[in-house]
Amino acid sequence: MKDWRYWLAEQRGTLLAFGIFIAMFAIYSGNHPAGFTANVVQTAANKGVLLAFVAMAQTLVVITAGIDLSVGMIFTLTNCMASWLVIGTGLETAFGVLAVLGTGLICGAVNGAIVIYGRLQPIVATIATGAVFFGLALLLRPVPGGSVNEDLADFLTGRFFGVVPASLVALLVVVLVIWVPFSRSEFGRAAYAAGSSETAAYMSGVPIRRGKFFAYVLAGLLASIGGLFLTFFTYTGEAAYASGNAYTLFSIAAVVLGGVSLFGGKGSAIGAIFGALAFRTIGDLLFVFDFDPLWQPLFQGVILLIAVSLGAFALFRVRNRLEWFL
Amino acid sequence: MSETTLGGLAGRMPKFIRRADPAVLTAFACIVILLLLGSLYSRSFLSPEYLLQQLKVASFLGVIATGMMLVVLLGQIDLSVPWAVAAGAMMACAAAAYGPVGIALAIPFGVLCGVAIGIVNGVGVAYLRIPSMIITLATNAVAQGLMVVYTGGFSPQDSATAAMRYLATGFTIPAVPNAVIIWALIGAAMVFILTRTSFGRAVYGIGNRERAAYLSGIDTRRIVMIAFAVSGGLSAFGGVLLAGYASKAAQSMGDAYLLPSIAAVVLGGTSILGGRGSYLGTVAGVILITLLQSILSVMQMPEAGRQIIYGVVIVAMLLLYGRAPASR
Repeated sequence: MKDWRYWLAEQRGTLLAFGIFIAMFAIYSGNHPAGFTANVVQTAANKGVLLAFVAMAQTLVVITAGIDLSVGMIFTLTNCMASWLVIGTGLETAFGVLAVLGTGLICGAVNGAIVIYGRLQPIVATIATGAVFFGLALLLRPVPGGSVNEDLADFLTGRFFGVVPASLVALLVVVLVIWVPFSRSEFGRAAYAAGSSETAAYMSGVPIRRGKFFAYVLAGLLASIGGLFLTFFTYTGEAAYASGNAYTLFSIAAVVLGGVSLFGGKGSAIGAIFGALAFRTIGDLLFVFDFDPLWQPLFQGVILLIAVSLGAFALFRVRNRLEWFL
Repeated sequence: MSETTLGGLAGRMPKFIRRADPAVLTAFACIVILLLLGSLYSRSFLSPEYLLQQLKVASFLGVIATGMMLVVLLGQIDLSVPWAVAAGAMMACAAAAYGPVGIALAIPFGVLCGVAIGIVNGVGVAYLRIPSMIITLATNAVAQGLMVVYTGGFSPQDSATAAMRYLATGFTIPAVPNAVIIWALIGAAMVFILTRTSFGRAVYGIGNRERAAYLSGIDTRRIVMIAFAVSGGLSAFGGVLLAGYASKAAQSMGDAYLLPSIAAVVLGGTSILGGRGSYLGTVAGVILITLLQSILSVMQMPEAGRQIIYGVVIVAMLLLYGRAPASR
């Protein structure tokens, strides 16, 4: 086979997610009363980018064949934290941002340490740590409130040169600074290898523990970047249980739509980003077609159900029934 | 490990202690410690009325955790508990709006809705081979969407029927709340099913190794589907009881039961990987969680502190005895 065919096979999930997103966004902007304008794109980008960050976080953990059910709560916690700290003079704001990102790193490290070195199941462990993170968020913001450095917020949620949404640029920067180096590093390869076959990876001398730990830590960091952006969009912090849970859930949907295998070892954060943007656009389709917003939770739930059921098509390729049972 | 290193010591202990799971013993020991701590804080903590009240509150969680345990024994998990609970409660209350027939069928209808959610989960996990934690999250979202559409953002008919209130708060036998009797009956049925029927054996078998169970001639997919249906039904029944207890149904009533039900099962020594665990442990876990909640609320701990202590306690106890074996 030629090189490009290997590349195509490897990127199939990502390309599919990209295609779905383009198709959905075309329908969305085509039927939007304002049409395809910079304003519409900016609003859509700002909503989509939040989920994209959380979905990237989820991808890193899912690649290692784990799952992080606390990403939404890290997102909520860092949102509450940013509403206290990212304020004041330039220097104070900078320290605030660093503190928020540091909190995300610590949350991720706690998850990683418990799952990898404590040898607990990721599902139970991250549900429990999620409760702790939510409790901390509630401690910081018993009632919604707070504020943020509005200059920075407006800069990062506005447009560059009047057309390019700043939040998309920020997303691109994060991809280039975090995802690309990670996926090409030794740890990134270890995370993929551990997700693909932990035993084989171990036998080959791959540093699986460090790779997985690194994936959890970076997941915490990415979720906190999401929390930071949420604060920039809303100007407030709120410890909302339902919203935190929804982001966790949607991040899984985005990851699945983005072609990342839930069994680990396959997929990329780029795919998950397009999955997130596509999921958001599908959810917003209801608005441009003038449906009652009441139907939105059901609509999103059904899309999620369909997205996860698509994985079942792999069953048709199974020749030996014993392969049903992993 | 325990057979070899503790052999000499265990040999002198009574039989029932020797046979008991160390995790179950730890859980019961924690219950005693919590009771002692509570009694230091308030005199009335050890009074029979208070303990019965705790048992009554525990029975709602107990019913839900029973279904969760069945699924966890298979090595799966059911994350659709929150909206299965809410759907059961809301649908039962909704049925009551349709005259005397509706009132009579309210409870079975609520439970049936939970079973339906469970069957979707079961088909997804058993036949489509979707990881249980994903498909149950998705059905949870769909159930939530359906309930939001149904209520239209407000609650049309949300008051519980007299039968539901009687089941949750009435007394058939003096001094013993009905809810406790129901939990005892469901628990006894579960113990019987798990230990005395081929279905129960198959559940443990699948939890240990589904492939081996399949090769032994068990229709593993049917068993998994039934287990999920039972879990959904029991969650909904828990919701029906809760609606009877609060005398109305509310949208977010199930949110507070997901983490506790998983925690109760796992703290009771049931392996999250499946195939190992006893119902006695789940009972201990349920009582442990309920007492912990009760003590935190007696201490007037705010919601934030409760969540933190909750998460920390669960992680700590799992680290004590819920760890996976060191690989290699």
